[in-house]
Amino acid sequence: MNKTKTLYDKLWLDHVVRSEADGTALLYIDRHLVHEVTSPQAFEGLRIAGRRPWRASSIVAVPDHNVPTTDRSSGIQDPVARLQVETLDSNCKEFSLTEFDMADERQGIVHVIGPEQGATLPGMTVVCGDSHTSTHGAFGALAFGIGTSEVEHVLATQCLMQNKSLNMLVSVDGDAPSGVTAKDIVLAVIGEIGTAGGTGYAIEFGGAAIRALSIEGRMTVCNMAIEAGARAGMVAVDETTIEYVKGRPYSPTGETLEKAIAYWSTLHSDEGAHFDKVVHLDAADIKPQVTWGTSPEMVVDIDSVVPNPDDETDKVKADGMRKALAYMGLEAGTPINEIAVDKVFIGSCTNSRIEDLRDAARIAEGKQVAGNIKLAMVVAGSGLVKKQAEAEGLDKIFIKAGFEWREPGCSMCLAMNADRLEPGERCASTSNRNFEGRQGQGGRTHLVSPAMAAAAAIEGHFANANDLV
Amino acid sequence: MQAFTQHTGIIAPLDRPNVDTDAIIPKQFLKSIKRSGFGPNAFDDWRYLDAGGPEIENEGRRVNPDFILNQPPYDKATILLARENFGCGSSREHAVWALDDFGFRAVVAPSFADIFYNNSFKNGLLPIVLDADVIDDLFKRVSENNGLELSIDLEAQTVSCQGEKIATFEIDDFRKHCMLNGLDDIALTLQHADEITVFEEKRKQTAPWLF
Repeated sequence: MNKTKTLYDKLWLDHVVRSEADGTALLYIDRHLVHEVTSPQAFEGLRIAGRRPWRASSIVAVPDHNVPTTDRSSGIQDPVARLQVETLDSNCKEFSLTEFDMADERQGIVHVIGPEQGATLPGMTVVCGDSHTSTHGAFGALAFGIGTSEVEHVLATQCLMQNKSLNMLVSVDGDAPSGVTAKDIVLAVIGEIGTAGGTGYAIEFGGAAIRALSIEGRMTVCNMAIEAGARAGMVAVDETTIEYVKGRPYSPTGETLEKAIAYWSTLHSDEGAHFDKVVHLDAADIKPQVTWGTSPEMVVDIDSVVPNPDDETDKVKADGMRKALAYMGLEAGTPINEIAVDKVFIGSCTNSRIEDLRDAARIAEGKQVAGNIKLAMVVAGSGLVKKQAEAEGLDKIFIKAGFEWREPGCSMCLAMNADRLEPGERCASTSNRNFEGRQGQGGRTHLVSPAMAAAAAIEGHFANANDLV
Repeated sequence: MQAFTQHTGIIAPLDRPNVDTDAIIPKQFLKSIKRSGFGPNAFDDWRYLDAGGPEIENEGRRVNPDFILNQPPYDKATILLARENFGCGSSREHAVWALDDFGFRAVVAPSFADIFYNNSFKNGLLPIVLDADVIDDLFKRVSENNGLELSIDLEAQTVSCQGEKIATFEIDDFRKHCMLNGLDDIALTLQHADEITVFEEKRKQTAPWLF
């Protein structure tokens, strides 16, 4: 029998408390991240049943979806959103949970602050009532999004009933060309395998182009595993991982750190381990990506044109493309770099880390946002990212170029706060979903990298960021 | 949780792939701290011609006559017929709560997104995966028979239509058991509290940096 294991196999086996006859496993959860939108009903359920959190110290909570990105001194104006954030505050107080509240410098998007604090460590199981929890897989952790009933289940039992996924390896081989970022890589992967390509699988991202990425880049890639249908995405632990983790508030120190590193160093797929599906992409072929439709798989190169549904042989797909073109107000055959945009959003759990802001600033430096752009905004992923960016002078570069420099939060990725698109407005966005209405009812979203978003802001239409350097 | 054994009801056809949870329940309704009351806003952007929100009364809004769930008898449908990758996107369980609150008891599709699939079982909404050709056939039958009903038997794992069994479906034993009996899975897990404690104690020894 083949004893070799994939990274996912190892992470899974290390957390199985017990198994049912049909293979359903009770999986132990090491870290539970909580935000205001998907937790109130779970805490309410806990209270009604007279239960308490099994292990309060496993929980880190933060409000992010609803928080304003403008001046916070007068609190949240929207009374419904305010109640939700206050409910998180009171639940955390009642159950003595760690929360970085809206006034805390460490507040930010849950998937940015977890890693930043060292609350995400290699080898952990990490869950959160948010589909982009896959982000944390960048550390060689098993991390996936859950629904509110499961949030309550983890609160009450520290475990989840789970069925094991299949193993998929996505290997991005060779070196990515200059100007091709982690975002372009993952959009190209989704374009290749489709938004349901990873359904039922845990994806391990490997290959030289992934190994060459920083932790921030790996987080961008794993973040969008869910957009390929996979609940979990992950990257094997290496020196880059360990160097990032060391010295963070929640990270181990001294002898415990040595012991941890010894274990973390085993967190990679064994030579010859079996994957149920393997996909290879040649990094050299990847160009800066722009989505044109209402699903992340509807993506092309910056040099391409909007595709024609008449060329699609699958009828259901062709119909989907027609609906998408109608919603997006686009015609087949239009060159991508001629599509003008109204707004630009740089932020979200996909692309709001310091490296993303540096990338965008490099394009924006010394230039001006085009006259047709109604709003270009930069929303750092956390208070600490914002502080770091300001220490590097990135805020000044953005503000001078005509961008707005905002307070951290999810912001216009899903437009639960005041940041949103108006009907018909077109946005170059560094977020993760171009679904209908995602950034505001009737809004049209094109997903791009931070450098490409900055280039669209400067040119007023999509453009290859490489041409602006 | 509401148990699911057998159910017969009208099938509403929603003929598009990749219906995401943002479409099922738009984000402005996620500000609620309750589990109920999402039904009138299920598919809000498609169902109404004007903008909706938690502070806006639905009575008096302009209804989109072209949207299937606004057309009788589909406004009384209890089974949703969908295309591939249904429920993709956000993990929001509000999507399941909205479908449940609308009156749906089951969704039938060639494939579901994983998190939506999981969330459905926690709320007594049965997601049924059928082969793409069976789904195609059902879309055809519905287009020819307004108000066609489907019968679902979870115990037998069958779906029947127009008096004939048209397919069987797969479901994990454990999920089936919980669904048939409407079991609270937190209580089930807590029956194993001792095992969880033993596991946790061991983990404190082997991975002390996690505690």
